[in-house]
Amino acid sequence: MTRLELQSATELGRKIAAREISSRETTQYFLDRVEALNSRIFALNLVDGQRALELSDNIDKRLQAGESLSPLAGVPMAIKDVLCTRGIATTCGSRILNGFVPPYDATAVEKLLSAGLVPIGKSNMDEFAMGGSTENSAYGVTRNPWNLACTPGGSSGGAAAAVAAGLAPISIGTDTGGSVRQPAALCGVCGMKPTYGRISRYGLVAFASSLDQIGPLAHRVEDIASTLQILAGYDQRDSTSLNEPVPEYCKQLDAPIKGLRVGVIREHLEHESLDPEVRAAVERAQLLLEDMGVTMVDVHLPHTKYSVPAYYLIAPCEASSNLARYEGTHYGFRSSAAPQADSPLESMMVNSRSEGFGNEVKRRIMLGTFALSAGYYDAYYKKALRVRRLIAQDYRSAFDKVDVVLGPTTPTPAFKLGEKLDDPVQMYLCDLFTVGANLAGLPGISLPAGQDETGLPLAVQLQAPALDEVQLLNVAYQLQTAGLFQQQVAELS
Amino acid sequence: MHLTTRDVKKVASLAKLAFSESELAHLTQQLGDIVHFVEQLAEVDTDGILEMTHPLDIHSALRADQVNACLPRKDALANSPNSDGEFFLVPPVLGK
Amino acid sequence: MSVPYQVVIGLEVHVQLSTQSKLFCGCPTVFGAESNTQVCPVCLGLPGALPVMNQRAIELAIQTGLALNCEIASVTKWDRKNYFYPDLPKGYQISQFDQPICGEGHLDFPDPENEGESLRVRLIRAHLEEDAGKSMHDEAAGKADSRIDLNRTGTPLLEIVSYPDLRSAVAAKAYLTELRLLLTYLGVSDCNMQEGSLRVDANVNLHIEHNGKTIATPIVEIKNLNSFRAVERALEYESKRQFSQWQQTGAVMGDSPKQTRGWDDAAGVTLPQREKEESADYRYFPDPDLIPLQITDAQLQRAQSAVGETPLMVRRRLQRDHELKAYDADVIASQGRAMVSYFDEALTKGASAKRLSSWMQQDVMRTLNENNWTITEFPIAANKLASLLVAIDDGQLDNSRGKNVFQYFLDRPASDLEEAIKSLGIASVDQAELEQLCRELLAENPKIVAQVKEGNVKGLGALIGPAKKRNPNIDPNLVRTICQQLIDTEF
Repeated sequence: MTRLELQSATELGRKIAAREISSRETTQYFLDRVEALNSRIFALNLVDGQRALELSDNIDKRLQAGESLSPLAGVPMAIKDVLCTRGIATTCGSRILNGFVPPYDATAVEKLLSAGLVPIGKSNMDEFAMGGSTENSAYGVTRNPWNLACTPGGSSGGAAAAVAAGLAPISIGTDTGGSVRQPAALCGVCGMKPTYGRISRYGLVAFASSLDQIGPLAHRVEDIASTLQILAGYDQRDSTSLNEPVPEYCKQLDAPIKGLRVGVIREHLEHESLDPEVRAAVERAQLLLEDMGVTMVDVHLPHTKYSVPAYYLIAPCEASSNLARYEGTHYGFRSSAAPQADSPLESMMVNSRSEGFGNEVKRRIMLGTFALSAGYYDAYYKKALRVRRLIAQDYRSAFDKVDVVLGPTTPTPAFKLGEKLDDPVQMYLCDLFTVGANLAGLPGISLPAGQDETGLPLAVQLQAPALDEVQLLNVAYQLQTAGLFQQQVAELS
Repeated sequence: MHLTTRDVKKVASLAKLAFSESELAHLTQQLGDIVHFVEQLAEVDTDGILEMTHPLDIHSALRADQVNACLPRKDALANSPNSDGEFFLVPPVLGK
Repeated sequence: MSVPYQVVIGLEVHVQLSTQSKLFCGCPTVFGAESNTQVCPVCLGLPGALPVMNQRAIELAIQTGLALNCEIASVTKWDRKNYFYPDLPKGYQISQFDQPICGEGHLDFPDPENEGESLRVRLIRAHLEEDAGKSMHDEAAGKADSRIDLNRTGTPLLEIVSYPDLRSAVAAKAYLTELRLLLTYLGVSDCNMQEGSLRVDANVNLHIEHNGKTIATPIVEIKNLNSFRAVERALEYESKRQFSQWQQTGAVMGDSPKQTRGWDDAAGVTLPQREKEESADYRYFPDPDLIPLQITDAQLQRAQSAVGETPLMVRRRLQRDHELKAYDADVIASQGRAMVSYFDEALTKGASAKRLSSWMQQDVMRTLNENNWTITEFPIAANKLASLLVAIDDGQLDNSRGKNVFQYFLDRPASDLEEAIKSLGIASVDQAELEQLCRELLAENPKIVAQVKEGNVKGLGALIGPAKKRNPNIDPNLVRTICQQLIDTEF
């Protein structure tokens, strides 16, 4: 039988639409792979095969009846466990949401379902999307399909691993400081964070509201473009969603990029933490672009050094408030510890939170609570918001000179599980090249770029001005076509 | 600033979190490292720079004053750790 | 009675705005629905749900701000006030911290102790926020679980905060009365205290003259004030309590943090509420789920035209343009905007203001009270009442026949003045006929004639009854005048 996991989502969608293969067969094929392989990497923390097959049958029926559906109709996908799915448990990788079954679908999920995609399960993640290794999940650690001793990255580690291991052709992640792009880079798949506000956050369980954005992961750029086409658009249920027209993301993919100006971020390329093999990958991409007639320009983001500190104040501050709702009252986990006699309510809340949250989440709640508290607000939170503007201005100045910027996604390829778990600052520094796009609200995409000498994936990152996803995807697609990477699935034997 | 376990205890009480003494010592050290790390920001001259709360410069997303369907009560209470079918139930504020 | 201290009072008033749906979601705001039936993912604070501002709440807040002479912000924003409580499902309240929709303003209100004079309360701000739900605690022993109803969660509130400008419990009550009247004029709230649409917290302390210095006692916030009467009583009680407390302890402002006390209406005392261990630190910060709101000049103009005439303007107009006394103007104005509209309508149909004011305050209001009607349910239209009053002014009817017509109008809502006059057999009486009637009466009552001749004019009053019996349409004043003339000339 054809190895469907080696095909792009776009190709699978085309075959299903042409009825060369049914959605049910496709879905069953990937469910079989999940059955066989998921236990080795724990990419998915929930699989709902029966529902997936029912949805597939429905798509097949509609296609049989001659209905014309979206190009990805009938294609299986995985949804990060941070997006609300009606009637299906949504845990955010946290014990505190154990058993929580949302009574509603996230807007993104609604859109995917109505476009005919077939969710096969929920992908594992760092608890509340806090982390860069998917080790902070209450339900288990996700492993990198290319090397089971390594992390897949995070927080959308399950999403990236699922695509990399061929368990799902597409997965939907979220990116608050790099949580789509970084695991995509570490797992050798494409992962995109669109412009803030491009995709509705309604139903995305908030980590840091002003930074969170949903993004797709897949093997190929055209898959990313088609998925973005489904997800993008204004939603009146999200005040921060952008009421701007949605362009055709697939139309311009193969437009020539000759004459385009692409900037190389010097502060990223020359950073002391950058692995030489990652740097070499960026330089390879640079050469490919030059071959296509692109003008390469050096650009500077002078506040790069401050992006991680600014991010690790703003995100925890917002998180400390966003996560206040988890106190054992209205949904989720309630501690069964005996409450204190003099203040039963207070102790129930404290016990539920203390038992329900993991260490990293608690650290960030503590940090955010501290930075917002009386006497520290100005020096920490407010200061970070001002630096944030300077960082956004850096990007603006860069984009005055160039159309797109190029750089690494991560300082290094995948690191070992456990390696940074007890050293938060080292873990946070892995986000150095990704948090800028979140702080400034810009779109970015991580593309595979070969492998290092140990066989771990390498990656490069492209970023573009707000709402210029068309240009971003165009350059990404041309790099893919020029041979920056081949579609590869990790062989888990 | 230098974070002490006393500072951390105070923050924990605001955040409704409890830590054992050994956790507290470890956490104080880790938070201290992080606070030290983020204090780099003090080097940046931000005089006259406006705080950037939102990545986008948009204003005034409003909805019309229209009533939408509510959740059926059983769905509203379905996820509650404890309810009597009409109310969410929580332990009393005051004990004894 | 003079006391050796000055009471200083500031009030925080929470007003529920009359929107159909909640501040950030489409759930209804109807009072009294079954528990937890007016909720959705947004107001339940479910993970992933997001708030979207209700345009109408913004409009109502701006209208209120304009009527309270507040500066309206050109840009306002939302902040989160973080604290844990089970009736606050998100763990924070969406409120406004440093950029409230309405800035400084003031409200003038009638001075309860000097008729015709007014007092002014300056306002610090008025900001929008979402209401919390309701917690029902086990009153008995605190053993049973508390029950949480989230129907009210997310209902729009406008919190109007005054400076400590009030100097007596009576003045505080008068301010609240005027504020409520203004809000109902605007139609921004039903101000129903029983249903919690208007809630008052009072901050009070004393300035005591002592050894040539002014000493301030610690500020106390009083909660659980469920009526204006309760506000007045609580403030009176609390001033006395603070004075005796000061006499005992000498504690002054700054010696202790602000204390919160609850009003026990049945016992008539304020009682300390349990203090939290740590002082509150709400960690306000801008809500990243909501974007700042720009208020345009066009919005302001629309709001301004919706504000219309305030009670103060009505009082002034009635006094200035229609020469009503301050008291009368206040009675009319205080009945609400619908009553003022009725009054104005009757004026344009020719009723004289003073007669109208008197009829409104007596006959109309009495009828409304007896029937438990509002003016909009009153069966006599303004123009019909005006026709009656014009007829009295013209001498076509006397006052007592006027009351018959009024009753006729009430009984037969479809009738008009002409029909009433006809049905009641009211006809103007010919002068000669009237003279003849008077002559007969005088002849039959020589004792009265004698009394009048001795200078006791009041005796004529006894003739009015018998005169009316012979002809109900006679004008009693005319009967008096003619009888007097006849006595002078013929008897």
